[in-house]
Amino acid sequence: MKALPILSTVAPRRQEPSAAGSMGHHTDTPRPEYVPAPVEARPHAAEIVHWLDVLHNTPMLELGARAHALRLERADPQTVSYIVDRNINYTNLCITDCRFCAFYRRPKDAEAYVLSYEEIGQKIDEAKELGAVQILMQGGHNPYLPLDWYLGLLRYIKEHHPIHVHGFSASEIEMMSKVSKLPIDEVLTQLHQAGLDSMPGAGAEILVDAVRDFIAPKKIDSARWLEIHEAAHAVGMHTTATMMYGVGEVWEDRLEHLLKIRASQARSLERGKGHFTAFIAWSFQPLHTEMERWNLPLGTGMDYLRMTALGRLVLDNFENVQVSYVTQGPKMAQLALTFGANDFGSLMIEENVVSAAGIDFIMPESEIRRLIEDAGYTPRRRYQDYNLVREGETGCPCCSARAPLAPV
Amino acid sequence: MIGVAGELAVQPRDARLHPIFEKVLEGRRLDFEDGVLLFESDDLLAIGALADYVNRRKNGDRVFFVANQHINPTNVCILRATCTFCSFARTPREDGAYTMSLEEAMHEAELVRDSPIREFHIVGGLHPRLKVEYYAELFRALKQRFPGVEIKALTAVEIAHLARVEKTSVDDVLIRLREAGLDSMPGGGAEVFSKGVRATIAQRKLAAEDYLDVHRRAHAMGIPTNCTMLYGHVETYRDRIEHLSMLRELQDETHGFLTYIPLAYHPDNNELGAELGREGTATTGFDDLKNLAVGRLFLDNMPHIKTHWIMNTAKVSQIALHFGVDDLEGTVVRERIYHEAGAGTPQGMTFNEIIRLIKDAGKRPMERDALYNEVREW
Repeated sequence: MKALPILSTVAPRRQEPSAAGSMGHHTDTPRPEYVPAPVEARPHAAEIVHWLDVLHNTPMLELGARAHALRLERADPQTVSYIVDRNINYTNLCITDCRFCAFYRRPKDAEAYVLSYEEIGQKIDEAKELGAVQILMQGGHNPYLPLDWYLGLLRYIKEHHPIHVHGFSASEIEMMSKVSKLPIDEVLTQLHQAGLDSMPGAGAEILVDAVRDFIAPKKIDSARWLEIHEAAHAVGMHTTATMMYGVGEVWEDRLEHLLKIRASQARSLERGKGHFTAFIAWSFQPLHTEMERWNLPLGTGMDYLRMTALGRLVLDNFENVQVSYVTQGPKMAQLALTFGANDFGSLMIEENVVSAAGIDFIMPESEIRRLIEDAGYTPRRRYQDYNLVREGETGCPCCSARAPLAPV
Repeated sequence: MIGVAGELAVQPRDARLHPIFEKVLEGRRLDFEDGVLLFESDDLLAIGALADYVNRRKNGDRVFFVANQHINPTNVCILRATCTFCSFARTPREDGAYTMSLEEAMHEAELVRDSPIREFHIVGGLHPRLKVEYYAELFRALKQRFPGVEIKALTAVEIAHLARVEKTSVDDVLIRLREAGLDSMPGGGAEVFSKGVRATIAQRKLAAEDYLDVHRRAHAMGIPTNCTMLYGHVETYRDRIEHLSMLRELQDETHGFLTYIPLAYHPDNNELGAELGREGTATTGFDDLKNLAVGRLFLDNMPHIKTHWIMNTAKVSQIALHFGVDDLEGTVVRERIYHEAGAGTPQGMTFNEIIRLIKDAGKRPMERDALYNEVREW
C-alpha cells in the first residue's frame, strides 16, 4: 500500500527514512519463555475443565454437529449473512510494538502515515459507490493524534460522507483516554455523540495476561479490554469480540478467553444497552512480524474448526459467529459454516492489516455468494447490527435514526 | 434411528439420507441414486461421519503418507489444444515447453538425495517423439541410483500413447517398463468418463474404456494402480457417479486399484477456466470434502482414499481425515502441474509438518511405501 503523507500539525517531524525499509522496524527479541498457569489458578476454572473434557472426548464431527445445531437455533437457519464494508486504516503509526503485528510503523519510520479527513472521505465515497454500508476504521496507537482529531473526523464523516462508522478498538480508545486525560466512558460518550456507531473487537488477541505479556507486553491487559467494551456497551454501542489464536497459547488460555467474554456479555445483556453482536476467531499470521522468527506451530485446519465450534458452544449468549476467510481462505471459511458460524464477515473492499502479513484471501462478492450458496444457504447482505439489508433501503437504519443519511 | 448408531458421531439432519445410512451400516452396497443423493445433500457432517465410520473399519486411526518426489519429465503434449482444463501442457515450440534429458531428470531426483524418499511420482505430457526407451532408461537409472525407491509412473493415457507411438500393444509397453523398474501407476488422465464431458474438456483424450483397459492390463500383470476423477468443471452429479460406478466395476474384477483420489479442477491459466468465467475461483471446501467422502462410501471395494493436499490445501486435507480419508499423499517435492493451474499451496510439505497435521487431527501417522506397505509409525 502506498504510504500517505503525515499530517504536519500532529505528527512528529520525520528524522530520516529507516534504512532497513519495511522489514526493519522490529526489535530482535528472542522468543520468551511462556509457562501457562495451571487450570485451578485460573478464573472460570471449573468451566475450563468441563470444556477441555468436551474438547478431548468429542469426535470432531460431533463437535461440529453440536455447534451447528446451536447455530441453527441462535441465528436464521436458512441465511448466511455478510457485510459490504471497507477497512480504513487511518494511521499505521503505533507505539505499542506488538510482536505479532506486521502493519504498524514506529513514529520515526519513513513509512508511518496518517490519512487526512479528505482522504478518508474519498475512501468512504468510493466504498459507498460499491455498496458499502459501513466503514471499519482502525489504526495504530498514535500518541500524536488528540481526541479532537477523532471527534472532528467523526463529525466530518457524518456531515460530508454519512455512513455507519464501526471503529476504534479498545486499545485505541485507551490511547485516546491517555492522550486526552479523560476517563474511558467520557471518551466513548464523546466519540459516540460525534458519530461513532459501534466498536470492533480487535486487540483482544488472547485475553489472558500471561499470554499478552508474551506477545504484546505494552498493550492493555485483558481486564481493561473487557472494561472498555462494557463501557462502550453502557454508552449504547454494540461491539464485537475476537480472538487471535496460534500465538503459543494453550487450550486453557483459549477457553479462559471465551469464558471471560461470555461473562462480560452476560453483564452487558443484563444492563440492556449495547452488547457483543458477534464472535470472530482467526489464527496468527506470522509473515513479516517479529514473531515470525519464533517458529510457532501455526494454526491448522482442525484448530480453526475446533475454535469456531467451541466459540459457538461456549458463547451461548452470542447470536453470531463469523468466519475469517481473509486468514483461513475460502475453503476453510465455507467449512466453518457447518461448524457453528453463520456469518461470512465482511467483503472488505480494502484490507491492509492481514495483507501486511502476507496472507490475502480477499475475494469478490460474487465468490462469497457462491460459497454460501454452495453450502446450502441464502446469502444476504447485512448491516453492522445484523439486520439484513432489504430491497430499496438507502442507508443503515441503526445509525440513520440519530444521524440521517443523505439519500443515495 | 438405527441400531448401531452409537458408532456414528453424527446422525443425519437430512432425512433423505436415512436409507443410505442403513445400507452402509449393514454393509450393503450403495446404488447409483444413493450416490447422486449424497452429492445433492447439504448435510456435510452426516455424510462425513458415515464415511469416517467406513474408513475407521477399514483403516482404523492410521493415516498413510509417503515421502515422494514428483518428476514431470516433459510438458510437451499432443493434447495441448484439446484438453482445455490443463495449464501444464505446451506445444513443442511454445514458450516454456521443456523436455528433460536423462541428466536433467536425474538432477531433479538428486535434489532429494538426502531425504528419506520412498517413491518417485513421474508423469508428464504426451510427447510426440519420446519412446518407451526414454522412460525405461530413466527408470533404470533411478533404480540404480536409489535402490529401494519405488517408481510410480505414467498414467494410462501416457502408456496408451507410447503404444501408439511405437505401434505396439499396451501389454508390450507395460512389460518393458516393468522390466525397467515400474512398480505402480498413478491414476491420472481419468478426468470424467462421461462421453459428453470428455467431448467438452478433453476431446481427443483416451476414451473411458481404453483408460480402464490399460489399468485392467496393468492389474493383470500385477502392477497396482491408482484411480482418479477430476471434478468441479462441467460434470453433473450423475456424471460423477457414473464415473465412480465404472471404477467400482473394474475393481470388482481385478482388485488392482490401491487408492482413489478425487482431483479438484483448478481454473487458472487454462482455456476452460476462461470459458467458464471461473478464473480465480476454485472448488469449494464443501465439494472437496463431499468428493472424498462420497468416494469412500461409494467405492466400497477401494482400500484407500487419498486427499491431494496440493489441490485441497493442507488445512482442508487435514479436515478430510475425518471425512473418510486415510491417505495424505506425500511430501511432494517440486510439483508443477497444479501450480501452473493456480494452486496457491507450497510446492512441498515437510515430513514433520505432515506428521504434525496427522497427530493434530487425532490420528496415527503411518509412513508407507508406494504399495502401502507400512514403513514406520511416527
